[in-house]
Amino acid sequence: MSTKEALFDYVIRQADNCLILGQRLGEWCGHGPVLEQDIAMTNIALDLIGQSRSLYQYAADVEGKGKTEDDLAYLRDVWQFKNLLLVEQPNQDFAYTIARQFYFDNFNFLFYQALTESADEQLKAIAQKSLKEVRYHVKWSSDWILRLGDGTDESHERINRAITDLWSYTGEFFNNNEVDNAMIDAKIGTDLTGLKPKWEQKIGSILEEATLEVPAGEWMQSGGKEGKHSEHLGYILADLQFLQRAYPGAKW
Amino acid sequence: MSKRSWPLWEVFIRSKNGLHHKHVGSLHATDSQMALENARDVYTRRNEGISIWVVESKSITASDPAQGEELFEPAADKIYRHPTFYKLPDEVKHI
Repeated sequence: MSTKEALFDYVIRQADNCLILGQRLGEWCGHGPVLEQDIAMTNIALDLIGQSRSLYQYAADVEGKGKTEDDLAYLRDVWQFKNLLLVEQPNQDFAYTIARQFYFDNFNFLFYQALTESADEQLKAIAQKSLKEVRYHVKWSSDWILRLGDGTDESHERINRAITDLWSYTGEFFNNNEVDNAMIDAKIGTDLTGLKPKWEQKIGSILEEATLEVPAGEWMQSGGKEGKHSEHLGYILADLQFLQRAYPGAKW
Repeated sequence: MSKRSWPLWEVFIRSKNGLHHKHVGSLHATDSQMALENARDVYTRRNEGISIWVVESKSITASDPAQGEELFEPAADKIYRHPTFYKLPDEVKHI
């Protein structure tokens, strides 16, 4: 694998994380538990989709085959998506959505923070811009963990179930694969294993304050970064890509 | 889920330095911190502000619309209270 191929895959992976999670959060539009949180979730969805656009544009440049951001978002199939399995998991209820967001936001923050040291100027600039948005996402999802965990018996029980059920998707954050290793060598990417203690510490302190316990499970899911996804991703892409598949090249 | 609704808050936004906070609307939130964050999400999405105040709506004492006549109409014919007899230089703004 050349450095260029690895860089393409590295950028695409993060773009896919943002696009798929943005699409998931967007499903709440018009269905939020209260109007104000409906808007909060769609705002975050738009932040993430904005980040994915910058990254897809850059990925298309790196690839150098004359593709656009839209080609990459709309015309790839499931196995070509490299997003983490966590971000494609269904919304289920507000607690699951918050738990998924809480785990991802805290990882995303550390990841972008590391990329601000990247030798790749473009990636560095995208990371710096995105960090401002992600700092707010972390605050939003962490606040809700506290409110739900330290809220009523029902909210405590439901958020506890959500953080426990989604726990096995968090291990994948910190696995370096071949692409990560190539990017670490080129000083473009970051050693993901190095982010783990910081993430665990942050998550742990908020969960404790929320009167919740860090889930104990040690077996972790993986495969998203290699294009091996859960059944959910196909349905998301069916929604997301339908128009471009049925009417190729359709524009507003 | 509880069907009781959350308290109502009034939102004030300062659009830029030097201007005062202006009432922009209201929203529901369980406490002042959530009200601030909701206000950020609901009322500053299009670059409307640089500062937010929130006040619980029940803390506001309002004048009675039925008393409009005695409260406000007496001022209507006292034009000498307006500084309209001065010529202002063009450079003076926000008066």
